[in-house]
Amino acid sequence: RDFNERCAQCSEVNWGLTDGGRFYCRSCHNVTERTREVVNTDFITNSRVQTISKGVRKQENNDGGSEWYVCEGFQLVLKKQAEALEALGICPQMKDEILCNFWRCYLQKSKQAYCNRPAGETVKALSVCESSTDVDSDPERPSLLHLLSLSESEGDLQTDCSFVSSTSKVSESTSVYSGSVDGSLYLMKNQKEKLRMTMPMTLSFCYMALLWLREPITLSELLRFVVEGHIPYLNVFQHFPEKMKLCGLDLKIFCVESWPVYEEVFNKMHELAAFLDLPRFPDITDSCFLHPDMLCMKYLMEANLPDELHNWTCRVVKKIGIGEVDFLTLMPGNKSTRKVKYDVLAAAVIVVVLKLLFLLDDHYEWLLSDSAEERNKNNTEARPYFEFKKWYEVVRHCLDVEQKKLDEERAKYLWRCEKPLFYSVKNKSKVLKRRQMVVNLQNQFGKLSGSARRAEKPNPSSFQLSWSEENTDGSCFHGHSLKGILQEKCGLLTAMNPDYWLCTVKLCNEKLCGHLAHYREVDFPQSYHFVLRLFSFLLRIQPSYIHDEVCMIEHKLFNKKLCKKLKYNTVLRK
Amino acid sequence: SSHEHKLNFKKSKEVCLSYIQDAMLQKQWQRAAEFLTCYVESLEKDYSREHIGPSEMIWRIGSEILWHHSHSSMKEFNCFIEQMKTLGVKRYLKVCLEHVFHLLCNGQIDEAYQNLSLAESWRFGEQTAIQDKEMKLIQAYRGLLDYYSWSKQKNILLEHGKCVDGFADLSVEQEMHSCFRKAAVNLKEIIKIPGVWDLFVKCYVDLLEFYGDHNEAHQVLNEYAYNSKFPANPNAHVYLYQFLKRQGESKKSLISALKILHDIVPSHELMIDFSTMLQKSKKRKKRRLGLEVIFAALDYAGWKENVKAWSCLARQVKQIVISEKHLDWIKQEWDSRKDWWPAFHFSRYLAKRNWQENKSLSYEKALVAGILLGKDCKYFRYVSHQGCKAQVKRFRMLKKFMNRHNPVHLRISG
Repeated sequence: RDFNERCAQCSEVNWGLTDGGRFYCRSCHNVTERTREVVNTDFITNSRVQTISKGVRKQENNDGGSEWYVCEGFQLVLKKQAEALEALGICPQMKDEILCNFWRCYLQKSKQAYCNRPAGETVKALSVCESSTDVDSDPERPSLLHLLSLSESEGDLQTDCSFVSSTSKVSESTSVYSGSVDGSLYLMKNQKEKLRMTMPMTLSFCYMALLWLREPITLSELLRFVVEGHIPYLNVFQHFPEKMKLCGLDLKIFCVESWPVYEEVFNKMHELAAFLDLPRFPDITDSCFLHPDMLCMKYLMEANLPDELHNWTCRVVKKIGIGEVDFLTLMPGNKSTRKVKYDVLAAAVIVVVLKLLFLLDDHYEWLLSDSAEERNKNNTEARPYFEFKKWYEVVRHCLDVEQKKLDEERAKYLWRCEKPLFYSVKNKSKVLKRRQMVVNLQNQFGKLSGSARRAEKPNPSSFQLSWSEENTDGSCFHGHSLKGILQEKCGLLTAMNPDYWLCTVKLCNEKLCGHLAHYREVDFPQSYHFVLRLFSFLLRIQPSYIHDEVCMIEHKLFNKKLCKKLKYNTVLRK
Repeated sequence: SSHEHKLNFKKSKEVCLSYIQDAMLQKQWQRAAEFLTCYVESLEKDYSREHIGPSEMIWRIGSEILWHHSHSSMKEFNCFIEQMKTLGVKRYLKVCLEHVFHLLCNGQIDEAYQNLSLAESWRFGEQTAIQDKEMKLIQAYRGLLDYYSWSKQKNILLEHGKCVDGFADLSVEQEMHSCFRKAAVNLKEIIKIPGVWDLFVKCYVDLLEFYGDHNEAHQVLNEYAYNSKFPANPNAHVYLYQFLKRQGESKKSLISALKILHDIVPSHELMIDFSTMLQKSKKRKKRRLGLEVIFAALDYAGWKENVKAWSCLARQVKQIVISEKHLDWIKQEWDSRKDWWPAFHFSRYLAKRNWQENKSLSYEKALVAGILLGKDCKYFRYVSHQGCKAQVKRFRMLKKFMNRHNPVHLRISG
């Protein structure tokens, strides 16, 4: 469309595009050597990103597949993920503009496309139809075992279908090691230099785009949607078109056999942002969903805590400056600022507020609750006073039920899909037979499972726990008043609790040991652990991550007092 | 416990297995099936490094579930097992064998036989040699089923006796003999291997006896009982004893057959017969052993209320007391027992109970108690008092006897 040169043969400007991505003149059918650069922001399925200097590419292989590069695969994955996110309500701009711009930038920076191939890096294609020359005599070609061991070996994919044993039977005609053209090369590349693409990184891309657009979805939610199956990730290769044959080392690249890990996706996102030399991200202001004030409101609701607590969370946020635009907005490559985990931060603020008001030392909070209960007897106001004990009982019961459900879901999680995977054509029949047997067994035992069949995956929901004020059983605490635990002093309402205990007096060096503190359940009060457990469930992360953030907030909050170098284990007076 | 929020394939299948295990332990077969449905996809992953792979797990768990689940049928079970047979060639014969057991438990003898024959004809390269043990078992069980057929046919013949319809009998007889040949070959083979083959030995001996080959039968039983390579097995001695008894062998060989049984299982039910035989012997050593045997048997709670055992002991001690010879035998036996037998056998509570429930028992025991503990002991006093009150003759006799021989217990207890 943007190609405006005149045709060499007929001087017309009437260009069309062949399947191979080359321009041809519609008037005289002259095919040029020029290929179309992908300049507009639409994604075309199976677009072959090519450089101008690339040579002829074979179209069809023996088995009906065509050549494809690993980055094309990832491009498809990203497209699918973006589509899913759009279906969940994310604005289309993410898919149409932001994500693909990031992706193109990545391809360029990692020299996979949109640039001249650096000299000396020839693509040693080991594709299906290519017959290899004598394998052993080429000293440069790494052995397959070496290739397999290089990549982060998460699962046991390499042992599937006795793949390892088949490498010893390499023959000249069957050197099937990847369906993609550059699968083996991909695994061989030095990871540190170029930020090699992985499946978890697709989520980093998504998250980065979402953050750029400041969409109302946190990273923990994104990952939860992935696990629940609303966003393609596990078995996403099912959606690859027929022509893109997946086998051999492609499996190592595209098959996922573990849930994405928050820390990993988070850290990679930041690496990526720096790698792409992105500028400062759009500002996160107090009207953004990701701002602690907003997220706190959401989490308070979900944790069934009184709305009034929001005042307190805002006060804490303001006091320690974590609501500031400059603190919250991402500056890629800036090593001095701490990377912000918006969801964890908000949860930690709530935890700190609970500690401020209830102390949570397994003692005081219950006393306070008893006194609130007393006061409630004479309470003539419309709203009851909040009683910690009642809240604890209701929420704990609910949490236990949900946790049990989640645990069963983990046990019942299905990893495989209809589309079978095989390392080589040789064990294709064996794999298919196994697949058939699995399906048979699933049918047989599925019938015996009774009426408790696997429910369809739940509709994606932003709230995992919901509490309704209309319930007459008093199980919703949103409207409860904090007056039961507050007192008036000089015209202001302050907490009755005068004390506070620090989670840790000294913070660890995050850069050295990866954490600010080391959480052990036995070292802390059970009420504190319960609260951590609650948010740990909501965010699907380890309690220790929240604990880290709590430590960080506390140290900012009590900064002055800490600087006076108090002794260990002192309880601070506010 | 802190809940992990990470998950990978391996871990999720481990967790799945533990849910299956819990459900099975609680006999919740539906729930177990539910989780097994999720587990089966581990077949698509290679676990060659693990000790027990998913295919074996699925076979064992699936069998259990299908066997117990109320909605499952034998047809479904069979279909499942056939699939399992294709899963692991290294386990093929084992799966066949277990399948046969299930069929037998379900009363499907013919199907079981067919499966055994099929399995017997299986060949698979070097696996055939590796699975040699299972093959022997398969042949042995087929032999057992052949015996079972033989037995049925034998009974048919015996029922008819000398029937008019000679032809029908002839075919049955011929089939019977053919079953015998097939059975004998396989049974003979399996009992050569050191092991516990009770059922097979019994059947084989039965066959041999029927066809009059007593020598062979005797040899087989001797081997089974005395070959040190075989594990110590009380039943082996029992079978030998019973055989010798059937053959009308001398007391001497009967006694020698039971000697080792006494060593292994002093509380065995045959000990009474053993002791009785020994007691009647002319040899002093044997009589001494007889006393030892009966005392040893009564050390066990199972014999506490057995009249035969007590009367056997009573007879022997009475005889010794009357003859006044060999009182030291009783003393020797009583020395290690005098601390605990009184409470174990001769308490006042037991006296009351025995008298209420079984007068003969209390008679025999009273006799023994009187001799060992004297007529003033709790047991004797109570029982004899009751007995005399009820005017039962033998109790009066007992009382007289004890009065005469009372000092004996003093010499015994020393």
